[in-house]
Amino acid sequence: MSEPPGAAVALAEAPSTDGPSKPLRAQRVVPLRRPGRWIVTAVVLVLVAQFAHGLATNPFYQWDRWSYWFLRPSILDGLLITLEVTAYSAVLGLAGGIVLALGRLSRSPVLRAVSWTYIWALRSIPLIVVLLFLYNVSALYETLSVGIPFGPAFFSFDGSRLATDMAVAVVGLSLNEAAYAAEVVRGGILSVDQGQHEAAAALGLPKRYQFRRIVLPQALRSIVPNYVNQLIGLIKATSLVFYVSLLDLFGSAQTMGSTYPGDIVPLLLVVTVWYLILTSVVSVIQFYVERHYARGATRELPPTPLRRLRTGVTELRARIRREAAV
Amino acid sequence: MTATPREAPADAPAATVEVHDVHKWYGTHLVLGGIDLTVRPGEVTVVLGPSGSGKSTLLRIINHLEKPDIGHVSVNGELIGVKRRGGRRRTGVPTAEDRGRLKELSERTILTQRGRIGFVFQNFHLFPHLTALENVAAAPAATGRLGKAEARELARELLGRVGLADKAGAYPRRLSGGQQQRVAIARALALRPGVILFDEPTSALDPELVGEVLAVIKDLAAGGTTLVIVTHEIGFAREIADRVVFLDGGRIVEQGPPSEVLDRPRHERTRDFLSKVL
Repeated sequence: MSEPPGAAVALAEAPSTDGPSKPLRAQRVVPLRRPGRWIVTAVVLVLVAQFAHGLATNPFYQWDRWSYWFLRPSILDGLLITLEVTAYSAVLGLAGGIVLALGRLSRSPVLRAVSWTYIWALRSIPLIVVLLFLYNVSALYETLSVGIPFGPAFFSFDGSRLATDMAVAVVGLSLNEAAYAAEVVRGGILSVDQGQHEAAAALGLPKRYQFRRIVLPQALRSIVPNYVNQLIGLIKATSLVFYVSLLDLFGSAQTMGSTYPGDIVPLLLVVTVWYLILTSVVSVIQFYVERHYARGATRELPPTPLRRLRTGVTELRARIRREAAV
Repeated sequence: MTATPREAPADAPAATVEVHDVHKWYGTHLVLGGIDLTVRPGEVTVVLGPSGSGKSTLLRIINHLEKPDIGHVSVNGELIGVKRRGGRRRTGVPTAEDRGRLKELSERTILTQRGRIGFVFQNFHLFPHLTALENVAAAPAATGRLGKAEARELARELLGRVGLADKAGAYPRRLSGGQQQRVAIARALALRPGVILFDEPTSALDPELVGEVLAVIKDLAAGGTTLVIVTHEIGFAREIADRVVFLDGGRIVEQGPPSEVLDRPRHERTRDFLSKVL
């Protein structure tokens, strides 16, 4: 940095004197070769090929049995249960999470304390314990009634009838999900700049409008990826409902497995592939939802995979043409 | 760059702002120690003072973004954020007997009152997920003053007035700082406020962008809107202000026309401050 400016000029001119006669700016820059990277790539490719080969050829996996089971009605019934439980729990859990998050952000110390305690408790208790606890709830509370607290009841449900297996599963998962969703939502709301709240207040925007149109859309930018993460966790957590005698995807595979012990591995693979598909679908939806809420937040919206493929091909073609020309 | 004020749509009649004996503490720190200030309709008041002198707090108290601990503010004689206890629809400045008997208004009423007071922030605080047009149209549509189409029509008109008719569909992040601040001014104008408060509107701007924002403010001043401006642009203050208020340590040290306060300051503190910023 302390060199006189003349030194830099001399350095820049040096190669042109002993290089070929072409002027400096016409010369092509040869990219740095990276042999290490090529070696590691080759090793990884070999490992991947080996794994794929093993997956396809090892008789242990019994792919013929896999294709037998993959679309069996019993498996599809289980899949439907998984989807149902996931959908109900995701919606109820998110709704509960929003309420709890608002509670934690409330100015009332009581609401704050209650929300905090709920989240603390439900995040501490294993989901399987919550589910089994609820499963036995009809023994704990004989009836459930709606009425004045500690006062007379207007109407009541019979505990054991209310607690159908599906209800137990959905309630248990929702209770658990709400605690996690609350923190996701709260984090999202806190991520919105204080200036946005002030600007909305200074404009005299009605309170509901402030939340729905100004704060929430911005909060969703950070809520969506975190909540999808949560949702994927939920899809897999539904496999626990098997323990409250609900035959979901995992549960039906498990049951089939105990009837056909020889098919356990292909059945587990059936389950794996279905969960992979579910997660993939959710990820695709996530991409487009995130893209929607990125409006205004980034200068350019992230390209869709199709567009990325197209620009990739165009660039590759241009590069090949360039290489050929030189 | 901007249309002449005469072509502009009729704004609400310029408002009077009265600040009476306002005190504000942050914890034990006294930020404002008894501010009395009257801004007449159409008057342009520039508030000067070193950082930490309470300028921004004063501005934020006027539209009740912060509550005064003692004292009150009224716009066109209507108390902001509070009402007199018991008195049924009594207006006017509370008398001594009303002291300590002011009652906080509901949030909804305060929000309505804020519609009559425009506020322009140092850092613009535009809504990033809305286009320039949607930013401006939001308030009149959300408060039900105008239908959606009318609000957009008004927004288009106001964007034209600040010289940004061609940027209606742009998201704030794609605009320069100066353009963002002009959108923010259009947004403040959308509710046809009787007074507009500017909190250091050019402090976050690159020097070459300051001029375009000042030009818009100058236009508003010429149009007869009541303005209260916190700024460090002394030259601008001299040009535009009807009155300059110098604040230090939460108190008004002196006030008067720019020819007095800026050119012949009577107080040592004012002289000291001016010698540093000029």
